Amino acid sequence: MKLQCKLIARTLLVTCLPLSFTLLSSQVHADAVRGKTAYVQNGCWGCHGFEGQGGIAGPKLAPETKPLEYFNAFVRNTRGIMPPYSEKVLSAQDMADLHAYLKSIPKGPDYTAIPLLNTP
Amino acid sequence: MKQPKEKQPTGNQLQTGRRQFLGGVVAGGAAGLAAMHTANAAEPKPSAPSATRPSAARVAAETAVPADLGKAGPGMPGSDFMLDVIKSLDIKYIPSNAASSFRALHESIIDYGGNSKPEFLNCLHEESAVAMAHGYFKITGKPLLTLCHGTVGLQHASMAIYNAWCDRVPVIVVGGNDLDAAYRPPGVPTFHSAQDINAMVRDYTKWDDTPVSLQHFSQSFVRAYKIAMTPPYGPVAISLDANLQMAPVHMHEGKMPTIPRLVMTSPPQGDSGAVQEAAKLLLQADQPIIVADRAARTPAGIALLVELAELLQARVIDQGGRMNFPKTHYLSTPPSAIGSADVILGLELSDFWGTVNAFTDNNLNDGHGSQSSRIKSQTKLISINSVDLNTKANYQDFQRFQVVDVQMAADAQATLPALIEAVRKAMTPERKALISSRTSALQKVHMEDRVRTRTAAALGWDASPISTARLCMETFDAIKHLDWSLVASEGNVSNWPNRLWPVEKHYHWLGRSGGYGVGYGAPASVGAALANRDLGRFSVSIQSDGDLMYAPGVLWTAAKHKIPLLSVMHNNRGYHQEVMHLQRLANFRNRKVNLGGDMGPVGTSIERPDIEYHKLAESMGWWAKGPIKEPAQLRAALKEAVEVVKSGQPALLNVWTQPR
Repeated sequence: MKLQCKLIARTLLVTCLPLSFTLLSSQVHADAVRGKTAYVQNGCWGCHGFEGQGGIAGPKLAPETKPLEYFNAFVRNTRGIMPPYSEKVLSAQDMADLHAYLKSIPKGPDYTAIPLLNTP
Repeated sequence: MKQPKEKQPTGNQLQTGRRQFLGGVVAGGAAGLAAMHTANAAEPKPSAPSATRPSAARVAAETAVPADLGKAGPGMPGSDFMLDVIKSLDIKYIPSNAASSFRALHESIIDYGGNSKPEFLNCLHEESAVAMAHGYFKITGKPLLTLCHGTVGLQHASMAIYNAWCDRVPVIVVGGNDLDAAYRPPGVPTFHSAQDINAMVRDYTKWDDTPVSLQHFSQSFVRAYKIAMTPPYGPVAISLDANLQMAPVHMHEGKMPTIPRLVMTSPPQGDSGAVQEAAKLLLQADQPIIVADRAARTPAGIALLVELAELLQARVIDQGGRMNFPKTHYLSTPPSAIGSADVILGLELSDFWGTVNAFTDNNLNDGHGSQSSRIKSQTKLISINSVDLNTKANYQDFQRFQVVDVQMAADAQATLPALIEAVRKAMTPERKALISSRTSALQKVHMEDRVRTRTAAALGWDASPISTARLCMETFDAIKHLDWSLVASEGNVSNWPNRLWPVEKHYHWLGRSGGYGVGYGAPASVGAALANRDLGRFSVSIQSDGDLMYAPGVLWTAAKHKIPLLSVMHNNRGYHQEVMHLQRLANFRNRKVNLGGDMGPVGTSIERPDIEYHKLAESMGWWAKGPIKEPAQLRAALKEAVEVVKSGQPALLNVWTQPR
């Protein structure tokens, strides 16, 4: 019974939170410069690199950044290797800014255009 | 049968000898000081000296070689005989930090032995000395000996000994000790003495002893060498009594103490029934996967693993404890492939549980995290592991307990020929055809993985600080035309060298520290570079910042002994693993982590002030440049550094990098 309650609560959380963040994020002005500051100050760079490129500790976040709704739902509720960030740690404004920063990171060259990555 | 006993000098003889020696030093020093005082003094009438000038006979007695010393045979110093024992085992170097408790052997090495085979290498920390021996072995397959003070020196050395233990590397550690409490010098030498110095490292050495006679020493030393060099390899410790080094050699029943002949012990091979069972399971499998950690002890081990993998068309996950399998081979596969296996053959795995299970540090289960299987429930597991023969209780390097279906307590490399033979014998023509049909699909998978890896490496390619993929590939481009050896890669550069470099030979990749004790990278690189220098190879290391600062004095040792090494720094300005741990913990507790003005949480950053590693290296005799923060600056600096290293000098580039 206790387990069932937990599952229901988690399902509601996962379903409802993205919606609430969508509503919130539509009311805030996202700023990529502020987002870059938030990215550094909240340790995102630690696993994902300063350019969101990812590595052995975390997946790439940019380019081709996931939609904000997905981003919000994952960051708030993850139970994987990445720890969740609550609203107390990262506000809705921070989240919107972070997402704007990641979206602003330009796509780099494809590996086929980099001679050092085309050695036999 | 009664054992011959060596005749030892009496305590009084020793005491008298030592007092006479100390008295001579005091008298000589006082006489010298008095003479200086007289030469510089303005007074016409010098004051009477506090000690009388020694007579010619006294000077001769203090300085001349005693009649019964300086020759091989009865009366030679005990430490000269010890050196003969060491020489008999063809030990080439003795990286050590000088200490009075082994002064007699030290003197014998440089004066009786001519400081050649073994050559004393001047180390500034015992941890560096042991780690140098660790790195040296991984290139040559031959152990080195390191001398250290019995207590304080052994305590310094202990972290590196633990790394060698976990990495299954033989190092012969000899600790000086003044055992006889009635005659040992008071004060510092007594602080540095212990009843049983080896006790502190007994949990992570294969064997140790405290010889009490020279014959005992020679037998124990040869035994220690054999034990260290029998798989599973491991460090051994010998306590070296100061009196035994000092006292002259005496005859045993008319004979000199002897040096036992070295006959190496064969490595343990898997039981024939278990080998056949393993072959049967592997042949029946549709998706066999071989996982190797420290399987290839020698280049022959790599060839055997390739033969088995091709015979079965089994993919190979190389966990990187050693260079087990060529990364360019189409059967080389990333760890993520494990989930598809129906039979897994684990070869010398340090952690079988961790190979087939996942642990997620996600704060679930009251903070314990969650665990799950990474493999299918019906997957059969086979283990060949020599470490099963050498498990101790205290330190947990044997890892979590994993039930397997066939377990051989045996050396993997020694067992592979029998396993290959068993697979060949049991192979039917139908099975052979079926296995051959897998090849093209596996080649395709390998090519797809290669594209994925390179696509990932291109991300952040032009970033500043420099991406770890860029760092590694610029470095490789600068050395690819040479007979290169990556002697260490510390600080986690997302494993790019193993993912992108054509790692094919045993000296292309040497594995890691074993015990994950930070501070291994710099000294192990120098030790491996020493071995490569003698073999004419070019050594390169990816050197992390935190690792270098544990005992940076090894840079001086490299310059002093002209050990060429290109050290390219992965300077991410912090203990990055801890950066991530602190962030995780703060998030779990719903708190904003305190950065204290740094990049990472308080206590994890190495910045403000930024350490100027290039200046540190320069101060110790290295050619160095930095800090290099822009990727465009890297190529020219690497080109210059490579030329310096080719000329025989060590060179360091301080490169600011992305975290991982």
